[in-house]
Amino acid sequence: MSDREYDAIVIGGGHNGLVNAAYLAKAGLRTLLLERRHLVGGAAITEELRPGFQFTTFSYALSLLRPNIIHELDLVRHGFMPLLMPSSFCPMENGDSLVMGQDRNENIKEIARHSPHDADAYDQYSHDMDMVVRAVKPLFDSVPPNLFDTSPDGLAELADLARHLRGIEPTVVHNLVRLLTGSAADFLDDYFESDVLKGYLASSGIIGTKVGPMSQGSGLVLLFHSMGEHDGHFGKWAFHKGGNGGFTQVLARAAEALGTEITLNAEVERVITTNGKATGVALTDGTELRADVVVSAADPRRTFTEFVDPRELPADLVDSLRRYRYQGTSSKVNFALDGLPRYPSLGDRSDMFRGFTNIGPTVEYLERAFDEAKYGWYSTRPFIDGAIQSTIDPDMAPPGKHVMSCFVHYTPYELKGSTWDAEREQMADNVQDTLESFFPGFGDLVLQREIVTPLDIETVAGLPEGNIFHGEFLAPQMYFFRPAPGWNQYRTPIDGYYQCGSGTHPGGCVSGGPGWLASKQILKDLAARSSQRT
Amino acid sequence: MVRRSPFHDRVAAANQTSLWSHWAGHLVVDKYEMSEKFEYTAIRNAVGMFDSSPLYKYRIVGPDAERFLGGVLARDIRTCGPGQAQYTIWCDDRGFVNEDGVVFRHGDDDFLLTAAEPNLAYFEHLVGSQRVVISEVTDDIGILAVQGPRSRAVLAALAPEADRLAYFEHTDAKIAGAPVTISRTGFTGDLGFEIVCAADDANAVWDAVAAAGEPHRIQPFGQTALLMARIEAGLLLIDVDFEASRFAENDEHRSTPLELGLGWMLKGIDDEARPFIGRAAIRRERDEGTSRWKMVGLVVDWEDYDRKFTAAGMVPPKDHTPVHEDMMVYDDDARRVGYATSFMYSPTVQRHIALARVRPELATPGTNVNLEFTINHSYVKVGAHVARTPFFAPDRKTSMPDDPVAEPADDETGDAS
Repeated sequence: MSDREYDAIVIGGGHNGLVNAAYLAKAGLRTLLLERRHLVGGAAITEELRPGFQFTTFSYALSLLRPNIIHELDLVRHGFMPLLMPSSFCPMENGDSLVMGQDRNENIKEIARHSPHDADAYDQYSHDMDMVVRAVKPLFDSVPPNLFDTSPDGLAELADLARHLRGIEPTVVHNLVRLLTGSAADFLDDYFESDVLKGYLASSGIIGTKVGPMSQGSGLVLLFHSMGEHDGHFGKWAFHKGGNGGFTQVLARAAEALGTEITLNAEVERVITTNGKATGVALTDGTELRADVVVSAADPRRTFTEFVDPRELPADLVDSLRRYRYQGTSSKVNFALDGLPRYPSLGDRSDMFRGFTNIGPTVEYLERAFDEAKYGWYSTRPFIDGAIQSTIDPDMAPPGKHVMSCFVHYTPYELKGSTWDAEREQMADNVQDTLESFFPGFGDLVLQREIVTPLDIETVAGLPEGNIFHGEFLAPQMYFFRPAPGWNQYRTPIDGYYQCGSGTHPGGCVSGGPGWLASKQILKDLAARSSQRT
Repeated sequence: MVRRSPFHDRVAAANQTSLWSHWAGHLVVDKYEMSEKFEYTAIRNAVGMFDSSPLYKYRIVGPDAERFLGGVLARDIRTCGPGQAQYTIWCDDRGFVNEDGVVFRHGDDDFLLTAAEPNLAYFEHLVGSQRVVISEVTDDIGILAVQGPRSRAVLAALAPEADRLAYFEHTDAKIAGAPVTISRTGFTGDLGFEIVCAADDANAVWDAVAAAGEPHRIQPFGQTALLMARIEAGLLLIDVDFEASRFAENDEHRSTPLELGLGWMLKGIDDEARPFIGRAAIRRERDEGTSRWKMVGLVVDWEDYDRKFTAAGMVPPKDHTPVHEDMMVYDDDARRVGYATSFMYSPTVQRHIALARVRPELATPGTNVNLEFTINHSYVKVGAHVARTPFFAPDRKTSMPDDPVAEPADDETGDAS
């Protein structure tokens, strides 16, 4: 018995679900998007937790958004507005700092203050990274080949990949391999001697992932975060007007304008299947909705083991999903502030707060923060990626006041001998104490703080174990293998049931990539099916 | 020696780059911050302040002032009542544009005209027997533009009168105890105001605006940010998008109002009660369809742009710095059909945009043309389409504080894909 009929139903109103639904609607499918919560956005939301103070509860920056999505979904018309972050600020434990800005020559002078050698090494590093990013970008922005597909089409896709790789310069290939397999610390050591510059850059190699900068695998995370692109510059990030919730509201307006129907407070219990084929979804309130295409924007665990019965799936898929690692290690502590923090050695300057404030002054600082996580505890002195968005977006806080988003690493989901309910305040105290040590008087500015542990990320945003990427960025969980070998092309073993969340290629971050690429695959399959019929 | 603006002390103190240029004989700031894009973003996202004092300013008074301006200016000054302002142009007798400016009407017989270039001799020679006195007051007056979505909040905190100003209205007010005129005008295409004050009061006015703006993240902005905003706003710039007819070397360097897309200004041109310089020629051009060009917006096809640069082994550049050089426009048969005069990557529109003139038959929005770029030192044509200007026109530019929020218009503005 079905209440309503659609061509496609997308489960989950995070950015990938919204992007996917918008593309499907744009292609003419009658598309319904179901969101469990009272608002769309998933882990990209902005909430007014205190009158006038806008908190970016989870994700806090426009990181890897694929530029074609901006154009193809006509986001500018619906209010898309990225805000340049003109600076990055790295306080140091000796009271000095590294402030990077928009002017190359100023940056050279600032780096040279710490190491003359690193001044032009930074230009070389930026150039080399750009070359790697350019080489990887076509792979990032396309449906990956299925390594195990021996059909002529499958082999042709692999041959295309091989041809692309063969066209890349050997030094770029080598840099790519060093990044994909090595540690961020080793890669940076090849260029730099300055501790603070390496600490600043290495932070991109750990965000969201349970690796230290000295761990093999952190190079991959560093590269991934360098895939970001803002107005034609790789590795540059932006805030969105109104925070990331402002961005997902834009996506929702665009999706609706293209014909997507969005239903809030609609929790999906299961995907209805008939003879190995998806035919609709059942909601927890008993409603059944029919559609030939069902797309899950949820993570792989929910997609494969909760929305459908794992007994319907091939054993090797179920087995590899069991081994798929989440192990979320990140938290957020967001502050409402009575004013801007002061950094003593910079006097009354405040312009350095207009981008990220990187509390991770050396690689060793980051690695020691990781050490505690290895043994099941949270960092005494954590890495903090701070962002006082209200310094450039006056809509984020009342006049004269500020909001500060703090991304906190490392805070493992599984605590040894305790629980997050017991430790949340202490974790936030560690964050506040760390900030106090760099910004004397910080605590006096705090009007309110919001604590978001990995457990909160799991229970509120629905991300298992609080992993912000729907699963770790580890080589065995990327590209050919995301989320599982043979299932990296957005399909599932159930005909008509697709996946489009961050657990699919290219992965997490507010990129929209998985949602967009999944829509391409779905539309390709539908076109093939209709041409078979005729 | 190059002159200093009345705001110079404050401007100099705020200028962190030591980058200066000259504008109308005055020292002006290119950018205050290392990032002109940050200054620009403040205009679109918060609020910025800009010193536009170097403009030439003429006070035009007398019982015949309205009749005088009615005969000189192409736009009908009679429709501009006291407390209102008009963006206007003045033409020569062949119907070519000499210049543009903004006229503020303070009373029945009292006007203030701002212009980019000196015009005193030109105007005085046209007075004849009319009872009009024109005096240049350029150095007596400072003008501080306050532009951006938060500009109303900043102005209202200083002078509540500003809150109720409609687009292109002005009012007398006091800021920091100094008498000023506040107008809802500007060159950014955003919600914005300009404050006209006596030169001696300039520092006090700047300080008051800076203090009232601080909680709203006010940011002084320089020439580069202004020139970015004005392209998005589709506002023409003299010596870039057009030249003054009276100084042009030949007709290729002259433009008519219709060619510049300013036909909307000519309402009432058939009212025989108001002859003005150039009217007959403009009517003839209109009736006979002899316009050579039509000024339009161009939006570059992002896919074609990305494809051509990528194929050439380059990262497709997205440079927001305005380009004020001719760029050729072709049709699909490689015939030259126009030229762009201003070009940029617009961070707000997220596209490469240009102000260009094309053959009138190609001026319909959505028409496909090709814009010529230099890629790897070779000329390459990239697809573009004609778009209406302004490229960016937020509702707040013209709306009142209690207007309902409008839905995005179906009408294409920036993009007609």
